[in-house]
Amino acid sequence: MKSYILKSAQLADGTETDIVIEDGVITALEAGAKLDAEVIDANGLMALGGFVDLHTHLRQPGSEASETILSGSKAAAKGGFTAVNAMANTSPVADNAAVVEMVFNLGIQAGYVEVQPIGAVTLDLAGEKLADLGLMNSSKANVRVFSDDGKCVSDSLLMRRALEYVKAFGGTIAQHAQDPSLTKDAQMNEGELSFKLGLAGWPASAEASIVARDVLLTEQTGSKLHVCHVSTKETVDVIRWAKQRGISVTAEVTPHHLILTEDLVKEYNTVFKVNPPLRTKTDVMAVREALADGTIDIVATDHAPHPEESKDCEWAAAANGMIGLENAASVVITAMIDTKMMDWARFEEVMSSKPALIAGMAGQGKGIAIGSPANIVLLDPSISYEVIDESESRSRNNPYLGMSLTGKIQHVFFKGRQTVSSGKVLEIDRDND
Amino acid sequence: MKHLLSVEDLSIQQSLDLLDLANEMRKTNVKEIKRLPALSGKTVANLFFEDSTRTRLSFEIAAKRLSADVVSFAAKGSSVSKGESLKDTVITLEAMGVEALIVRHSASGVAKTIADSAWSNAAVINAGDGTHEHPTQALLDALTIRNALKGSTDKSDLDGIRVLIVGDILHSRVARSNALLLRKLGATVGLCAPATLLPQTSSPLADESYLNLDEALSAKFDVVMMLRIQQERMNSAFLTGQLEYSELFGLTASRFELLPAKTLVMHPGPMNRGLEIASRVADSAQSLIKEQVTNGVALRMAVLYRLLAQEG
Repeated sequence: MKSYILKSAQLADGTETDIVIEDGVITALEAGAKLDAEVIDANGLMALGGFVDLHTHLRQPGSEASETILSGSKAAAKGGFTAVNAMANTSPVADNAAVVEMVFNLGIQAGYVEVQPIGAVTLDLAGEKLADLGLMNSSKANVRVFSDDGKCVSDSLLMRRALEYVKAFGGTIAQHAQDPSLTKDAQMNEGELSFKLGLAGWPASAEASIVARDVLLTEQTGSKLHVCHVSTKETVDVIRWAKQRGISVTAEVTPHHLILTEDLVKEYNTVFKVNPPLRTKTDVMAVREALADGTIDIVATDHAPHPEESKDCEWAAAANGMIGLENAASVVITAMIDTKMMDWARFEEVMSSKPALIAGMAGQGKGIAIGSPANIVLLDPSISYEVIDESESRSRNNPYLGMSLTGKIQHVFFKGRQTVSSGKVLEIDRDND
Repeated sequence: MKHLLSVEDLSIQQSLDLLDLANEMRKTNVKEIKRLPALSGKTVANLFFEDSTRTRLSFEIAAKRLSADVVSFAAKGSSVSKGESLKDTVITLEAMGVEALIVRHSASGVAKTIADSAWSNAAVINAGDGTHEHPTQALLDALTIRNALKGSTDKSDLDGIRVLIVGDILHSRVARSNALLLRKLGATVGLCAPATLLPQTSSPLADESYLNLDEALSAKFDVVMMLRIQQERMNSAFLTGQLEYSELFGLTASRFELLPAKTLVMHPGPMNRGLEIASRVADSAQSLIKEQVTNGVALRMAVLYRLLAQEG
């Protein structure tokens, strides 16, 4: 394997260092007389552990027109990720060992990031019977996180059983918290604006009430809960309470809930239709503060590609979701670092080390340290750019088009192999391995 | 003005201009030959994805009185029921060549989506989109109120007039458009409904809101507008039942008798006689319900004229 020397990079703690990569591993933090290595000038660039996304929709199998594991992996690499967790709501659903192994293998074939399948909690995401949780865990894909994401495990007893069942192998249930009866036909955040626009509301209580129930079930069962895409102030309050009580709960926030608000729905522009919906400014400030103070543990993209025909239509008929892998880091920098709400050390934690820990990915999130796998992102924090309609994703439902964001991914290394150079995704040349 | 999508987009001046023009159109409507040549050679398409008789007919008569060609597209029995998208339906009509699309749809925002899209260049008139807006209904109601209280030659706004809207505010596009427009024109608007059918946050649309109809009716409104209550609300815990609704929120004969003789009663139709409004009330001399329908044609002529007559 090719060796690299990254010259004069800045680490999250502010120190400047050279980074030597040999055989896929960081072998030194000073450039010795190393021969035969490509030298990359990293002066002015931040060097951080490769990002880990706990919440990615790669759409394969079943919706290859929207995304494939290869196209989604490339989009992830371009966004500075070295690992993604693929959600289970594919077709067929990833509710058995065969599907999760297929996704796992396609991820290895693609080779841009580590693709870790998430397994469904219930068969066919129907919320009625548990899926083959144990067989998915013991499969080659070694599934450790289970989620019906897109749907809520709303039945209380089934949720309790799932939490109990996965204790045998240290699994985590990642809940899409949405009370289905409180959100029947819901189209956007409930409030004055939803009333004015005549769109059925998705009330904050429909999220917080499920999270409140789930943290109590988690306490009772002694299991592990992860809360997907926290979007409201009320949910933040519940999680803060649960953590103070010592309950084993972690939580994520998406980039879009850190920066976009419901006002964007005013023109019925379907690119802003997402579930959970965009909320108010008060909610955005609450999730930002929660991410800064640790109540919310991580950022996860909820990258949700959709083909044009699912968005070029009336609001009610449009699909929920937005793509987000490529701009995620810039959104977090713009929302959290430009505003001085967090520093680079916390940024590395929420984007890399903590999601790796929740996902149980041993080779990820180890930061820039001697002996760590060379999963590294080099980003330029000084660049501001306007988001244009260009993507490695097969889909174009990008809500940030035209926005000005800070921080650009320059170079990415996945297990010591360069996947992105000067912002461009490289074709992987496996013959040189 | 290229489209008429919502009351919210209308300025006070544009609104009053439409009311004044509608009163001019009313003069045509009482002549023996009720036809003006203004839109001769233009084609107007009624694009109704949701059942409607009166609004569709009203627009059709309005367009014909201005000499436009009118085609009607109703979702039932059309390609939409075979699964054609909104986009393709609009593109198809556009390709056939129409100057205006009068759109009714069960989804909020559809008129706006068509107007903003690349699918069509036609003028778009919102004839009711989901639970969002129904701007021509609000304009014809404002016209009816102004004519009834100030006379048809008056060109002023509705300053000082008090209007109470009663019924399913939460799901009513008529309530939204009316409240927005009447307040824009200076009227004071009160809303009255059970709490399940009012918006949860302090309403952005009303000056006053009431959970009790008798209390509301004692607050000296000049106009009481009753809304149609849908049967389906009885089945989804918004309401308890017809009897209770009628007793608590219906404009019954006994409630009506307690009102001053000058209080006017309106209803956008179609009415559930005996549920939200008693027959005696609907047919009384204080009822403007027929006048609303008559004014509907004149107002829609004014809208079509403003959107289509001036362009090349």
